[in-house]
Amino acid sequence: MSLTRRELIEKATKFILLTPAAAAALEALDSGSIDTMPDKYKQAEHWWAMTIDVEKCIGCGACVQACAKENQVPDGHYRTWVERYVIDGYGDEQPEVDSPDGGMHGFPDKNRPGAKTFFVPKLCNHCATSPCVQVCPVGATFESPDGVVLVDESYCLGCRYCVQACPYGCRYIHPEKQTVDKCTLCYHRITKGLTTACCEVCPTQARVLADLKNPNDPVHEFLRNNAVQVLKPHMATHSKVYYRNLDGAVR
Amino acid sequence: MRWFRDAGHLGRVALLLLLGVGLFVVARHFAVPRGFGQYGHYRGPVLKEIRAHPVSYAGREVCEGCHSDVAEKLAGGRHKTVGCESCHGAQAAHANSDDPGAHKPPLPNALALCARCHQQNHSKPKNFPQVDAMEHSGGEKCTSCHNPHQPKPGA
Ligand code: HEC
Ligand code: HEC
Ligand code: HEC
Ligand code: HEC
Repeated sequence: MSLTRRELIEKATKFILLTPAAAAALEALDSGSIDTMPDKYKQAEHWWAMTIDVEKCIGCGACVQACAKENQVPDGHYRTWVERYVIDGYGDEQPEVDSPDGGMHGFPDKNRPGAKTFFVPKLCNHCATSPCVQVCPVGATFESPDGVVLVDESYCLGCRYCVQACPYGCRYIHPEKQTVDKCTLCYHRITKGLTTACCEVCPTQARVLADLKNPNDPVHEFLRNNAVQVLKPHMATHSKVYYRNLDGAVR
Repeated sequence: MRWFRDAGHLGRVALLLLLGVGLFVVARHFAVPRGFGQYGHYRGPVLKEIRAHPVSYAGREVCEGCHSDVAEKLAGGRHKTVGCESCHGAQAAHANSDDPGAHKPPLPNALALCARCHQQNHSKPKNFPQVDAMEHSGGEKCTSCHNPHQPKPGA
């Protein structure tokens, strides 16, 4: 191949100038067709969370049922579930914890004289700095701009890193889709002004959806007036599910 | 004029490099899904896809719009914190339809329904009203003495 210097400079210049131009043109072509959600819901105005008052939970399992119905959660898997703790005494290292069918059909009574016992509803903690998001190799799971940890099931590889990384056990592999599945905080509902399915049916308001960016949300009063705690605070996940009356034995 | 001997080789390498960069830019364009990076390290349009999921529970406010009589009754008793669909199940198909009468919800089976929340259980909060359903009702339907929307007997 023989090139004169002049030809070389010409070709190189064209290439250098045209490559970014082509890239920019391609980007411009695309961005026109990306939908930027032109509706009333403004992501920047919300920061979603949930409050759970353990003292109010009656273990009826309505939340588990409603979640399964609303989100077509496959049998044997749970996006939210209720645990029953039975603690025999102070210093009990291994409290008895059970959750038959995720608590979906309630709990048969367990009467152990002298034991402390209560129900604890659980769900994805929608951490602000989620370990599950950090380990995803492809960007299929993420924290949305309004504070909800979501999964892009069309992009998920099903590699299970995030299932292992979640300190709260909130993720599972969907048996048919073979991609990861988890609580979406009913993103399709809360962005329409509805509450989550679990909060909708909770008979005692043990669990309440909260928007931390809404100055009129009762959550601010709740957080101000109560001693609240998150699960596994030492993991520094910045969980946004705030528990009131949480026993130290719960993990 | 030549800078040094065989400077032409450099030119060819440079050309190859540029070609590589060009190919990368084009390949990247087709490999990265549309909207990736719109909000962060993920596909932006997925938010809209997730939001498109249909709703099964219409929400209490919607029910109250048509069943104001029941709503009023409910709000006046101790079941005021219990949502309609907590007892009646997911009723968006009824509530959000043009003809709600055509999707009339079946009435709940009171005995099983009431027991789910009120059956005595030592793990329930102590101040929550609980009964041993069988002993308390003697097998009679709960609704023959309690109105589900205003559960205080005789109300
Ligand atoms: C658009 C108005 C409308 C809305 C909203 C609505 N309903 Fe209805 N509902 C009706 C009508 C009309 C009937 C039929 C009455 C009939 O045929 O006796 C009905 C019947 C019912 C019945 C059966 C009554 C019976 O006697 O069998 C129940 C239960 C019920 N609705 C519950 C609900 C609940 C729960 C919601 C909220 C999720 C709701 N409805 C929302 C209009 C509405
Ligand atoms: C504690 C559970 C419970 C809640 C909460 C509840 N219902 Fe009911 N509802 C029932 C039961 C049980 C019946 C059937 C009564 C019967 O069999 O006689 C019923 C009957 C009805 C009926 C038909 C008969 C009637 O009394 O008019 C309508 C309509 C109805 N409910 C609407 C509603 C709406 C609307 C709400 C929310 C504002 C609501 N219910 C909340 C348990 C409940
Ligand atoms: C989804 C849960 C749920 C269901 C189902 C339910 N209840 Fe209740 N019930 C409650 C709650 C919550 C309270 C209020 C407790 C409180 O105030 O602390 C309550 C209170 C009561 C009370 C006390 C009322 C008073 O004024 O003393 C009675 C009686 C009662 N329910 C009867 C029933 C009957 C009968 C049914 C079936 C038709 C029923 N409940 C179904 C949740 C439920
Ligand atoms: C024969 C009538 C009758 C039937 C049937 C009946 N109840 Fe009652 N129930 C009462 C009366 C009367 C009271 C209030 C007196 C009391 O506090 O003991 C009451 C009180 C209650 C309370 C409140 C208890 C408390 O500690 O405040 C609950 C909860 C309750 N009933 C649930 C039910 C359930 C669930 C059923 C169906 C399995 C049912 N009842 C069936 C008559 C009845």
